[in-house]
Amino acid sequence: MLPLERSIPRAATTEPTWVRRIIIGLGVGFLLLFVVVPLATVVIAALSHGASAYGRAITDPHALRALKLTLIAAAISVPLNLVFGVAAAWAIARFRFPGRALLITLIDLPLAVSPVIAGMVFVLLFGANGLIGPWLAANGVKVIFALPGIVLATTFVTFPYVARELIPLMEAQGHEEEEAALVLGASPWQMFTKITLPKIKWGLLYGVVLCTARAMGEFGAVSVVSGNIRGRTSTLPLHVEILYNEYEYQAAFAVASLLVIIGIGSLIARRLIARRKKEST
Amino acid sequence: MTISVRNITKRFGTFTALNNVSLDVPSGELVALLGPSGSGKTSLLRILSGLEQPDQGTAFLDGTDLGSQSARQRNVGLVFQHYALFRHLDVFENVAFALRVRKRPESEVQTRVKELLQLVQLEGLGRRMPSQLSGGQRQRIALARALAARPRVLLLDEPFGALDAQVRAELRGWLRRLHDEIHLTTVFVTHDQDEAFEVADRVVVMDHGKIEQVGSPTEVFEHPANDFVMRFLGHVNVFEASFEAGRARVGEVFVDVDRPGDGHGRLYVRPHEVDIARSSSKDAIAARVLRVTPLGAGLKIELRAPALGSNLRADIDWDRGTALALRDGDDVFLSLRRARVFAQAA
Amino acid sequence: MGYTLVYLSLIVLIPLATLALKTAEMTWGELWTIATSDRALASYKITFGASFIAATINVVFGTLLAWALVRYRFPGRGIVDALIDVPFALPTAVSGLALTAVLAPNGFIGQFLEPLGIKAVFSPLGITLALVFIGLPFVVRTVQPVLEELEPEVEEAAAVLGASRAQTLWRVIVPPLVPAMLTGFALAFARAIGEYGSVVFIAGNKQFETEITPLLIMSRLEAYDYPGATALALVMLLVSFTMLLAINGLGAWTRRRAGHIT
Repeated sequence: MLPLERSIPRAATTEPTWVRRIIIGLGVGFLLLFVVVPLATVVIAALSHGASAYGRAITDPHALRALKLTLIAAAISVPLNLVFGVAAAWAIARFRFPGRALLITLIDLPLAVSPVIAGMVFVLLFGANGLIGPWLAANGVKVIFALPGIVLATTFVTFPYVARELIPLMEAQGHEEEEAALVLGASPWQMFTKITLPKIKWGLLYGVVLCTARAMGEFGAVSVVSGNIRGRTSTLPLHVEILYNEYEYQAAFAVASLLVIIGIGSLIARRLIARRKKEST
Repeated sequence: MTISVRNITKRFGTFTALNNVSLDVPSGELVALLGPSGSGKTSLLRILSGLEQPDQGTAFLDGTDLGSQSARQRNVGLVFQHYALFRHLDVFENVAFALRVRKRPESEVQTRVKELLQLVQLEGLGRRMPSQLSGGQRQRIALARALAARPRVLLLDEPFGALDAQVRAELRGWLRRLHDEIHLTTVFVTHDQDEAFEVADRVVVMDHGKIEQVGSPTEVFEHPANDFVMRFLGHVNVFEASFEAGRARVGEVFVDVDRPGDGHGRLYVRPHEVDIARSSSKDAIAARVLRVTPLGAGLKIELRAPALGSNLRADIDWDRGTALALRDGDDVFLSLRRARVFAQAA
Repeated sequence: MGYTLVYLSLIVLIPLATLALKTAEMTWGELWTIATSDRALASYKITFGASFIAATINVVFGTLLAWALVRYRFPGRGIVDALIDVPFALPTAVSGLALTAVLAPNGFIGQFLEPLGIKAVFSPLGITLALVFIGLPFVVRTVQPVLEELEPEVEEAAAVLGASRAQTLWRVIVPPLVPAMLTGFALAFARAIGEYGSVVFIAGNKQFETEITPLLIMSRLEAYDYPGATALALVMLLVSFTMLLAINGLGAWTRRRAGHIT
């Protein structure tokens, strides 16, 4: 009845201290072994030849080209999926139409498909023996083993993230404020920028962070379409593999550490955004 | 089965939920713990059930110290405000739970559960899931579940608190009849005085972790032990007064009081103890009607009495109301049939 | 609306449809022969076997972790909660590289396994461990919210009704968690069978031994054997869709089970 009484541990429904210690110990130990130790290993291995070797590895021209390619691919696919995500979430939250449930399932489809298959379908479509590959090649357009293929594969695997984040949010928020704005004389664009966007901004940002991190870290799908041409069509994750296969371990770990920073950075950003989102609702 | 509570104190951090509380519940009685939230009534119930341990003091069932028994060993029936039914089990298995964990034979379980479903008038609903029942039905299932293992006492924590008014009223009468049938010693927590008065043999009024008064519904209503009980049990007009020689002075009016005292204090008058007349008489107080509202068996009249220095409320029955034919703005005369004074608590 | 459908078609549907087109170029017999070749069968065995074991391990430890996070207060709880998401956040190539380094004979953990004769890299064990890493967040993040929603009163009711703590756990706490645990298992399993990046480094990719199906598809593609790749992809897609359906069904079950009493 009092909130105070709620927070008090209830003797009849808790485990003895030793049981609790074992459960916490097992869980945390498992996490340490599987998550913390590998993360630490990347950092240690990256710095194993000293700071200057680390600096050399990440400023190597091939590494920089890979970084640039990664950024370009993300810079194209994230905005594409952002616009799609908002449009799809809006349509799904706002309207009831036949096939709506199917649309939601289809949006999730790329998550259920192995990254290798995601890359493979583009090879089947645009590759040398593909459906429209020969025609494109005759017209001087190269998709597979080039930037367009990488962008397409990246867009495919990061396709659902923004939409998935926004659909439940926009469904929960309803449409009354938008209707009020329209009745008060706002144009549809004003309604979107002044009402809808502020309402969904944290969810949107969350989806974008998720999408960006995944775009920059994607390996399997990109690996299929890129052809792994060093310094030309390798993104950062592919560059890690190339270095590893060439026994350049320290350099591989150094480049991998950049990806760790991106990954952990996105994780921290997501938690901060999630907190803001919670506060604002 | 008698319940005795001796000098129990319970603190949650700096908050004292129970402060040196003692209480006796005779066998077969239905007792209501009545008080505002935070008064400690639920804490007392949880200590009796074994879900909380007291910091000091002891509880006894038929003279046996409960201190060494855990919740599962005590065999008390407990009913929660929000039912706490097992959602994944159907009605039958919910009721059977206490028998299943005691590994009773299947035939006994079948008989007992059927008997209980009959008792709570829900026979035939055994295979429903709790989510398919109404609130009132869920609470009756919770009660049947609590009774399954023939508990030594029955404890109910705001059992009707989550239900709407009509179902509540129904279940009150039903609980009273059920108690008359099974005669199980029962402690029942509520913050609703009507509920406590209607259902209980005795009422225990609590506030701030202390028991303020114990008595039959009539006793506590007619003879409140102190100003808290007076205020908590129904509406009351409160006036600032000064006392001299067996009379209290409120504004310009003198009132006879049943307890002589001196100095300043408060005067308490129940709305039904205010009389209204069209014509003046000795000691009558002039007032104006602000608003007349029909209220159950009578009328609620809000009045302004300049001589008392404040507004007050009077409740009169329909016949009197018809005779007076009061309208908003009428001038009338009041007399106070009874006024009470309590020793000032700090 | 129109835009949504066009974009969805361009990026997702048309590319996936080519897979069906390619398949249509083959006869059933050809398809069957490729999809059931010895090398393909060996790859299914390792892929599905390792995924199944990994998802099972995840259900055990994931539920344990979710329980600890929801029920207990301990120092570092916030950090532990954040660390759960690391496998989600880390690029798969990095995960693979890191796990390989840790489990290699001279690695942090591998050095203790080596003397015991346990080979953790270039072995099915390594693949399983990589898939455990990948799948952990799925179980924790599906069980956690359900556990948070369980009312403490229900456990108290069980205790007062005479249930021991073990009986309460088994009869009252676990049943509502089962659908969430199964969903977590299905999500982890679905993710594991398609996983590529974190496995290639640690698997060693020996035919018939540690060659997972996605890797076999990859090598078919590199050999321009498109029908071979397509047939295998079809098998994987069928399994993935089955899992997707199962997950959706489980979701509906979970919601029904939780059937809110208000």
